[in-house]
This record gives sequence, C-alpha cells and structure tokens, in this order.
Amino acid sequence: MALAGRTAMWWARLRSPCPSAAPLCLPPWLLAWPAACERLYSSRGKEKLDMSTYPVENIRNFSIIAHVDHGKSTLADRLLEITGTIAKTAHNKQVLDKLQVERERGITVKAQSASLFYNHKGVNYLLNLIDTPGHVDFSYEVSRSLSACQGVILVVDANEIDLKHADPERVEKQIEKLFDIPIDECVRISAKQGTNVEKVLKKIIEKIPPPQCNTSDPLKALVFDSTFDHYRGVIANIALFGGEIQKGHKIVSAHTKKRYEVNEVGILTPYEHPTHKLYAGQVGYVIAGMKEVTEAQIGDTLFLYKQPVEPLPGFKSAKPMVFAGMYPVDQTEYNNLKSALERLTLNDSSVTIHRDSSLALGAGWRLGFLGLLHMEVFNQRLEQEYNMSVILTAPTVPYKAILSSAKLIKEYGKAEITIINPAQFPDKISVSQYLEPTVLGTIVTPQEYIGKIIVLCQDRRAVQKDMLYIDEHRVMLKYLFPLNEIVLDFYDALKSLSSGYASFDYEDAGYQAADLIKMDILLNGNPVEELATVVHNDKAYATGKLLCERLKDAIPRQLFEIAIQAAIGKKIIARETLKAYRKNVVAKCYGGDITRRMKLLKRQAEGKKLMRKIGNVEVPRDAFIRVLKREPEK
Amino acid sequence: MAARGWRLAAAAARPGGGGPGRAPGPGPASEPAPGPVPQPAAPAAASVYVHWPYCCKRCSYCNFNTYVVPAVDEAAVRACLVREAQTLLRLSRVKSVTSVFFGGGTPSLASPGTITAVLEAVMGAAHLPAGAEVTLEANPSSTTTARLAGFKAAGVNRLSIGVQSLDDVELRLLGREHTAAEAQAAVEAARQLFPGRTSIDLLFGLPGQSLGAWTQGLKAALGLCDDHISLYQLTLERGTALAARVWGGALPAPPQDLLADMYQTARTMLLAAGFRHYEVSNFARKVGCPYAVPPMLCHPCSRLSPHVTPYHTLPQGALSTHNLSYWRAEQYIGVGPGAHGRFVPHGEGGCSREARVQMLEPIAWMRAVQSRGHGTGKRVVLSPLEQLEEVLALGLRTDEGITHKRWGRFSPHLSLEAVFGAPGQALQQQGWMVLDGGGLRCTERGLAVLDSLLPDLLCQLQRRWGPTAPGPAPGPAPGGGTAPRGSSAARTGLRAL
Repeated sequence: MALAGRTAMWWARLRSPCPSAAPLCLPPWLLAWPAACERLYSSRGKEKLDMSTYPVENIRNFSIIAHVDHGKSTLADRLLEITGTIAKTAHNKQVLDKLQVERERGITVKAQSASLFYNHKGVNYLLNLIDTPGHVDFSYEVSRSLSACQGVILVVDANEIDLKHADPERVEKQIEKLFDIPIDECVRISAKQGTNVEKVLKKIIEKIPPPQCNTSDPLKALVFDSTFDHYRGVIANIALFGGEIQKGHKIVSAHTKKRYEVNEVGILTPYEHPTHKLYAGQVGYVIAGMKEVTEAQIGDTLFLYKQPVEPLPGFKSAKPMVFAGMYPVDQTEYNNLKSALERLTLNDSSVTIHRDSSLALGAGWRLGFLGLLHMEVFNQRLEQEYNMSVILTAPTVPYKAILSSAKLIKEYGKAEITIINPAQFPDKISVSQYLEPTVLGTIVTPQEYIGKIIVLCQDRRAVQKDMLYIDEHRVMLKYLFPLNEIVLDFYDALKSLSSGYASFDYEDAGYQAADLIKMDILLNGNPVEELATVVHNDKAYATGKLLCERLKDAIPRQLFEIAIQAAIGKKIIARETLKAYRKNVVAKCYGGDITRRMKLLKRQAEGKKLMRKIGNVEVPRDAFIRVLKREPEK
Repeated sequence: MAARGWRLAAAAARPGGGGPGRAPGPGPASEPAPGPVPQPAAPAAASVYVHWPYCCKRCSYCNFNTYVVPAVDEAAVRACLVREAQTLLRLSRVKSVTSVFFGGGTPSLASPGTITAVLEAVMGAAHLPAGAEVTLEANPSSTTTARLAGFKAAGVNRLSIGVQSLDDVELRLLGREHTAAEAQAAVEAARQLFPGRTSIDLLFGLPGQSLGAWTQGLKAALGLCDDHISLYQLTLERGTALAARVWGGALPAPPQDLLADMYQTARTMLLAAGFRHYEVSNFARKVGCPYAVPPMLCHPCSRLSPHVTPYHTLPQGALSTHNLSYWRAEQYIGVGPGAHGRFVPHGEGGCSREARVQMLEPIAWMRAVQSRGHGTGKRVVLSPLEQLEEVLALGLRTDEGITHKRWGRFSPHLSLEAVFGAPGQALQQQGWMVLDGGGLRCTERGLAVLDSLLPDLLCQLQRRWGPTAPGPAPGPAPGGGTAPRGSSAARTGLRAL
C-alpha cells in the first residue's frame, strides 16, 4: 500500500488534448502519441503487439483509490511516465482523464485503463492500471473497476510530504487505526515531484498477487466498462479470467446470448492499441460488431461460441439517488437528444432513463443519477460531446407513498408507490404515509470544525449515530440523513465550512416516514415546472422563501413587474417582487460609435432565443439550476 | 447584355448596398464609370465629424479616445486633419456636406486657425452650403469671449458647451477643471455670440446625487440655457476613475428607480419650459413637430405650436442637424484619431456602406495620414441586414422614429409592417411602440426602456429577413467577363489599407 503526498492540485486547465511526445527510448509504437482527434483511427496502421510474452505470473492488475482531490490522477501520470508508456513532459496532467469535463473540473468521472510495461529484476511485467473516480457520486465506477483487479493502491493525502506542514507520521497512524494497514507498508511519495514513485511500482509487483487463471482454460472475459465509437460501435473493456481471445473468434454474451465475431482486440495505452491476442489475466478491449447500446452490458461475461462457461457474478447495478426531468429546449430536437442520450448512457450506464412528458415542457425523459455532481457532469458531457442544450428540472430523490385511496391503489396496482417526479406526487388525502430515502453519512474532519458541522447536520434534519476520535486531531462522525437534504449542496457546504478538510461519504440506509408536501414556484401566477419540488413540511417556508429570493436575483428585470411566489396547493407561502424596468436606455452613442453597441444588442437578441418563457416572463435557461445550487460566495 | 443584366439584378437584390448613401434625387456621377456598366449614382451628401483628441486633464468619468500631452504639435495635427478630410471626402465622392461637428477631446483647445483650415478643406472637396451647421464642443475652461469670437470668425455657428453640472462639489467629483460660475459665464458669453445656437450638456445620476439636487441643478440650468439641452445619464465606463470608486464601494451606485425618477422629472420640467424631447437625451425648443401627417394630438408639441407644419418643410430650428444625421442613419465621415464613419467609398470602387474607424492613437494616425492620406484603421462592409439593424437601433431613439420613407430606402422590399406587424402589435398593445402612417416609433414609456425592447425587435427583424430576403445575387458565370464587382474586395471586411 502506498501513501501518497498531496500532488499537483492546481489542475491546470487542459493545455493541449495530448502532450507532445519527446524522443525517448520507447517501443516505436508508443512514440507517436495519437492526438485526440485522431483517436478514431489510432488503432489503425500500428504494429500489433504480441502479448504472449506476458504470462499470468508476470501480470498485475491494480487500481488506485483515493478521495477526490488527493492526487490519484497525478500519481497515474507519473506511473505512465516512469514505465515509458507516455513521454515525460511537463504537459502530462490527468492523462487518463480523457473527457473534457474531467479536465475542466479536475476530476475523474470515468474509469480508465492503461497497460504499463515495467522491467523489475530482469523480468518484464505487464501492469494494468485502472484509474478510478474519487467523488462519492462515482463509487459505482470504482466497484466496477475493482472487479478486474487483484489489488489496489490507496492514496491518502498527508498534505504534501514535500512541504513543511506535511504530517506523514500522523496520517500513517490514522491509516493503521482505520484500515489495519501496517505503517511499514506505507510508501511516502510526492507524485507531483516524482519522489518515491518507483517504489510504488516495486510494491505493486511484490505485494499484489498475479491473477489466478489459466490460458488453457476456455475463454471467460468480464466486461467491466464500455465506450461507444461512432464509427466502430461498441468498444468493450474486458478482463480475461481464462483462455485467450483474438480476431475471428466467435464469442457469445452470457447475458444476451447473442453471437459476435471479434474484429479487433488490444490493450489500452491508454488509447487503444491492437494486439494479436489477449491472454488470461490480461486487461484490454474487444470490438466485436456490437451496435446496440444495450449489447455491452457492464458485468456481462463473454465466452467462446459452443464453449459456455459459468458466468462471473455480475455487478450490483448502480442505484440512482437523484432524479431530474430532461427536455429538449425545442421539441424538434427530441430525436437528436434521444440519440445523444442513448449514446452517452452507453458510456455511463449508471444513468437510468424513463420516458416522461410534461404539459409545459413537452416530451422528454426522467433520468436517475448517482448524485448532483453526476447530473452536472452528464449534462456537461451532453453539451460538450453532443452539442445538446437541454432543460433540466429540479433534482428530486425517490420518495415513496403508501396509498390509502382504493381507487389509486387499483390504478397503480399496488399500495406502495415510488415517486420520482414531483408532478406525480399524490395528494395527502389519498395517502396514509409518505416515506423518504435516507443515507448513513460518514464525515471525517479535523476536530476544530466539529461544532459547525454538527449545526449543519442538525439543520439538515440529520440524526447523529456515532462519533469517534480517530486520533487526537481527527473525528469521524456518522449521521443518518434524509437523502434530499444532502443531494443538492451539502457537500459544498461541508467543504466550505471546513476549509476543504472534512470528507464525506454515504451509503443507502433505507426509507423513513416523513411529513412531505409538494411546493410549486410561480412566476406571475404560472407554475415553473422545473422548480416544483417535494419538501419536508418543517422546511417548506424556509425553502420557499429562499427559492423566491434566489430567483429574484437570477431573473433579469423585465418590462413588467414579476411576482415570484412559492405555493403549497393554493396557499402562497412566500413572495418576492421583481420590479419592472422603468428606465433602460443608453444615454449616448458617442460620436457615431455604434459598433460596440450593436454587438451588445445582437448578443442580447441571440440570448433571447435561448430564454425559457413562463407565461410572459423570460428566464435564462441556467437560472433554475443556479437557483437550486448555492452559488459560491463571491 | 448578360453583364448588365446581372448587375441590375444585384443592385435590386441588395438594396441596402448602395441605396442608403444615395441622394434623394439622381445625383450627377462624378466620373465616367469604368467599363460599360453604369455606376450607381454617387451619394451626394454626408456629415463630417472631426475629432480633436487632446484634453488638458482627463475627467473622472470619461473613456473617450483622448490624450493629455505636455505639448501638442498643432501644425502637424492640423495638416493631418486637413489631409484626411480631403482624402475621405474624395473617397466618398460626397458632393455636399450637410454639417460639420468638431468633437473630442477638447476641440476648443485648438486654435481657430485649425478650425478654419479644416472647414476650408471641406469646402474645397465638397459643397458646404451657407448656413450649414458647424458645431464646436467647448469646455467652459477654454471659452473666453475672445476665443469664441475667433471660432465664430472661423466659421463655427453652433456651440455645445460641456457644463455637466452647476454644482462645484459635483464638478469636482467629475474631475472637471471649471467651477459652476465659470460654466455660467461661458454659457452667457456663448449666447451673446451664438444666440439660439448654444447647447449645454448636463450629467445626472452622479454617485450620491439626490433627486432634489438634480432638479435644483436643472432649474438653474433652465435659467441659463439657450434652446438646446442634452441630458446624459452618467454611464460608469470600465477603466475610468469614477467607475473604479463606485465598483470598489467607495461611492454609492445610484439606484435604478432614482435614475428613472430623475429622467422623468427632467423630461416633465423641460416639456413645461417648451422643449421638445426629440431624442433619448436631447431636448430642443422653437422647432416643429416631427409628424408630417396628421399631427398626433397626444404629442406635446401640438400644445405648443398652434400651426403644426409638416416636419420636412420646417427649418431644423435648434435641433442638432449633425446628431440627427447619425440617428437617421445618413452617411457620415469621421476624421481624426478614433473617429467613426459610415459611408460608401465610391471613390475606391465600393458600392456598400462601410463602418469605418480611424486609428486611435494620434501619433500612429498622423503617420498613416502622412504616408497614405488617411488613417483608417478598420473598415467593415455592413450587410443590408446590419444596416437595417442600425437604422432600427438608432432611429428609435428619436421622437420621429423611423419613417416609412427612410425604412424603404434601406429595405425596399420588406416594409415596416411586414417586419413589425405582429409583435409590433403586441408591443403596441402594451403601449411601448406605435406603428402608423408616420412610421415606427417609441411612445414616451417605450423610449425610456428602449434597450429592453431592441433585442426583441432585432430578433423579429432577423426572423423576417431570413426567409423573405432575396437570396444572394447570382454570381457571374466563371469567365463570363463581367466587370469586377466593386464590393467584392471590400466585402472581405478587414483589409490592409
């Protein structure tokens, strides 16, 4: 196990999509680093590798696990450099984070694999690194990656061992106490500076066992991830638990029973590089003419035609915690959005998707996400990778209602229903009890922030379950939270009141009874469907008031007065008034200089086309999500 | 003849291309057109703006293209202004100059000899009718009676005095060099020399200014002024000392509602004093009603003038002819560092209206003028749609609005009704706009919020223009031997000059 120093956290915005390769003593096929735009063809015209020189005992499959921002991707960059997988330049930042959104936000969203070649004591090893996301929203990706590994590197931030306020001794003790990992197993490294990173590689070879499998067995390949290529169809990432696979093989999916012929196999370096074959214990990719988005089920097992094997245990499917409606801005875009969603959900199968429609917003979908960050990232990927602009409604958690009305029970065919759309929230008269989902949250924080954190948790209706001093400085708190209290901005609030030191993680803790009501937000009397929300009765007034206040700031002044109201049923519980513009005309067009003025006006005219109209009120499309998410203090 | 047919079709398809610059009547072509194809008539008229870029001191709110230098080589600047005026007038093939405006900077710091030289250059290159408006912007600190008399002798017949405020504390806040008393003396001296032709500028919405203070100041100004007042709401411009103090929190930003109250109150006071509110920030009296047919009873001037005469037959009175030419989207030629222009450069084969900006920095500008006759730094061909957008954004600032005739000059095939019929009605129902026999214009309420109306109007124009507008003119067949199309080079937008 390795102990990593905090590494380059000033995530430089992407300078170029790929670092330029410097001449190094590398295998020739690695010298030409494929540019992102050439990626589609990257596996063409390259010499195929012979993977038979890496028997099972010389293979290590491992993952790096860390909290968000602790430097995992930087360590991955260094490992890639040291093993010569990528050229060593100053530009290697987040090499495995291929998505624009990952680089912009400095986070890993999508697990990535890279095969490293490393000579240790005269033996050539194949090290398969599977990078994983750090944010709690993406723990599902992590569990998928782990199923292909025999060991992990745990990266813990000791606050920059190369800086004077680093405290590796204390962190080593914490690790020993929390995880029972002996102190002498830890490696102190600075991935940013490359200190001790070689040692990590040696530890990987010494401590992580090779995969237990045999090339002479029949083919047994686990699909642990997949991507979609517009030209080549599905690219499935596989881990071979037995046998071998090569072009021309006829394979069968244990899940769908469908038959395919293998077109190409290869390893990820981290870009696809074709090989003659893949052998047991190895990790790579397969392209086999899968065209449908549903064909490459994550967790599926592939085997040879007429040589069936016992399928590997599949994954527990990701459980969406947050639901939101998604609609095309313009209904004519419905089919384009549909196809973009299908393709994106293949790369992110943790998103659930149901057709939905609304009077105000037309035909659309209700999507389930793992968390709010996940939702934002998904939305950003839609915009960046598919050039789609969408209307997103307020996120909601999956509530339940136990119906008392015989008519409704008959209608639904059951007494207990799950509500993922506030528009379908049943009235109190026909419900005997509402239930809300809860999670058990774990907070680890330096003790000086305990007071503020307890107040925050109480404010979120949380119940304390446990409190443990990990050492003389750090405390671990466990709280039972209503899920809806943490999905929106709890993590941000926690980070900001603890100067970023407190960490947060949560797990599902079932449902509890709750006094829930549906709240509408009205603009000049017209309901804003995006903002309809289910709230706890105790919080309705405060939430309504807050939403109205924030909306007042988010909606630009218009030619008429705008009443912004929060309503429960017909009862108005909060109101703000946005006054009409009485004067808005520039005083002077100086000396005939109207070019700048015209540019501004035309930009405003363009903006008008993207406004969402509610009654006669024009609202910028991002206003609602800004309202729901607390803006960082300016 | 094929070539001829194509050119005629092109001219019809791109009405805005050469149309707006054209004189109402057929103007005499100045030179025989090259080739067999007759050139469109050279535009006959334009106004001329001359920029004097120097000041003694920079005001705290000003972000204009001005320079404070220890010594101005006036002879050199004068020579360059003269040369550039000659070059650009020749380029435009303008026959008649409707007005000249010396702005800045502080043009009253220039010597009357410089004004004479520029005016002589204008008169040498085009016709400047006797009595054509020649305005000079003047600062109260550089306007002794003797200097003013010098300017008058040089040919200036209208003065625009930057009074800005009649309160010494406010003047200091604005970084002005003069006191209220000096401003008062300057206006009185100017009125002696330019009776009925003196305008004053006032600023409102200063940080910390109350409604009471503003109305007091305006009352004092009304006692002092002649027949023209410009009231400008202070705009905090990026990079100015005043904006930095307000945005930094050292000075209060005036509340929106207070600004609206100041504007409304001022408007009411000026109407009561007999002024016509003829543009967002401009007021004039002893002028006619803008509406040719039939006078609107609701319009304030119908109460003032018992004999409402059709607008076009009236002399301009105290209205600023020069500024009206901007708002009416006439041609104007900008001379001097950073000056803007809008004209068709017929003299170099252009047949489309261009947006032109002279180089900003005086030294660089002078070098350019000395080497090639003018210091144009940027020229962009305006598409017919862009021209209409400017017609709209500027024309609606005036009380006369956009007449059908003017709209038709820029858009012969798509009438005001065709564009603004539907939402125009919506806006009309809400009381912001009027579309009638006189044209399209703002109501009093609409004028105050014009910048909120314009984006919608521009959207509407773009929508209607798209499908209805005639497509691009058919190009000449390859090797068809048509005369080179004048605009094709200019159409590239930016071009090395």
